[in-house]
Amino acid sequence: MTMIVDVLSWVCLLAGGFLGISGGIGMLRFPDFFTRLHAAGVTDTLCAGLILLGLMMQAGWGLVAVKLFFIILFLSFTSPVAAHALARAALHGGLKPLLHKAEEDPSKP
Amino acid sequence: MVTVLGLYNYWIAIFLMMTGFYVVIAHGNLVKKIVGLNIFQVSVFILYISMGKVQGGSAPILAAGVTVYSNPLPHVLILTAIVVGVATTALALALVVRINEAYGTVEEDDIHSQDEPG
Amino acid sequence: MLLSFLAITAIAVVRLRDLFGVVMLFSIFSLLSAAIFVTLDAVDVAFTEAAVGAGISTVLMLATLALTARTEPPPRHGTLLPLLVVCVTGGALVYGTLDMPRFGDPQAPIHQHVAPRYLQDSPAEIGLPNVVTSVLASYRGYDTLGEITVIFTAGAGVLMLLGAGRRRTAHRDDDKDKRGSAMKHSLVLRVVAKILIPFVLLFALYVQFHGDFGPGGGFQAGVIFAAVFVLYTLIFGLKAARAVVSPRVLHVLSALGVLLFAGVGVAGLFAGGNFLDYSVLVRHPVAGQHLGILLIELGVGVTVAAVMIMFFYLFAGRTR
Repeated sequence: MTMIVDVLSWVCLLAGGFLGISGGIGMLRFPDFFTRLHAAGVTDTLCAGLILLGLMMQAGWGLVAVKLFFIILFLSFTSPVAAHALARAALHGGLKPLLHKAEEDPSKP
Repeated sequence: MVTVLGLYNYWIAIFLMMTGFYVVIAHGNLVKKIVGLNIFQVSVFILYISMGKVQGGSAPILAAGVTVYSNPLPHVLILTAIVVGVATTALALALVVRINEAYGTVEEDDIHSQDEPG
Repeated sequence: MLLSFLAITAIAVVRLRDLFGVVMLFSIFSLLSAAIFVTLDAVDVAFTEAAVGAGISTVLMLATLALTARTEPPPRHGTLLPLLVVCVTGGALVYGTLDMPRFGDPQAPIHQHVAPRYLQDSPAEIGLPNVVTSVLASYRGYDTLGEITVIFTAGAGVLMLLGAGRRRTAHRDDDKDKRGSAMKHSLVLRVVAKILIPFVLLFALYVQFHGDFGPGGGFQAGVIFAAVFVLYTLIFGLKAARAVVSPRVLHVLSALGVLLFAGVGVAGLFAGGNFLDYSVLVRHPVAGQHLGILLIELGVGVTVAAVMIMFFYLFAGRTR
């Protein structure tokens, strides 16, 4: 049982790490502000959430796991809202998304 | 080699300090100078806190089963220093805002040339 | 490795000319240094540095940028002389460190005299697990009194510098609000803010009173409390925020915290002990220490929160 939990936690941690790296590369290479914002949003929510989930599984049952769960809850509230606020501010400031370019980068999952 | 490893933390802190110092003296923009000053401050904090660390110690919160603690005195000193630092930064930024309103610029050279007589 | 990130960020600050980017890099710098503090066992300091450096400092710098220029013109002087000065100073400092104790050495002089005494006697004399709080609030309480006086003075200084403009622009608040707060009309932001703000306030209170047992205490709690009001102001506008907590209340509160701290000290005098001696406040010395520390941390939290909120109101209320 502990083996399965261990393996699962490692899968989560590695997936979170991969998403973080791909989010970072995306932020540098994407052509437009809004696509870069998408990469940042993925990193903020999914990457952080998966890493915290992996840590929770490593910690076992206890106070530490509950605290980590609360952090996940707080992050899932605030990161999407922060990305939303950024996009809204950009639109308000007059930045238009890149719509007419023929070849868009295939977005990250 | 042991010397380098043992002193590495001081040298990094000194490098950061010098970077902040360089920003203060080499750049003319007042806001950037304030940022440089803050970098200088933070690197001084790192210097002090790294001096307080004891090998194999834990955070200075008394808990059962822990025998070696890191030194709490630098922590207290730096806690005060951080808060005083932000108070000074806020005052400096307020001054910059007023200077901007009075001179119309935050570049040091322009301010000096406006102050010179004739 | 964290230290090398720090060095890279610092160099980037030197090279970048877009001031907005410089401020953001500074915020990253603060956060990285907070992480380094955690690895160096300084949890209280990391907490404060993260809250203050990556929070309040960055917000105030951004507010200043909004009132002044955004980019820096190219340098007009040569960079050789400053570089030379910096290298010479750096070299002298490195030469000075050659004598210093190795990193983590338990036999270093600073670990020998006062620190072991505090670590050993604190459980018996004060009875709080967080030794940093007991040193900050009781053994070295006088320095902390000086510290909140400095915060109060800085608040008074900024008030004198930026406060007078408020009366001039009071009648222009309405159209500034129409222009300034695009966030007011965003449903998502308003709803999420209204859900989160009570919890963050609760967390600030928790940090305030839990500082005896874990990392925390008056400063961190005050800064988190102020951050909540900054969030409220950003989303609902300065006018609404001023209606919630008016500047007059803030002026009174910032003075009240300092008064509370000094009052506890004087109460110690009246009870027969020294200034800021908590052991004589109630019958049992250890309980007296607990009471004294509770009251002064409250004073610190109140003053820090009031002054930080005041800073933000003053910066945000200033028109170009």
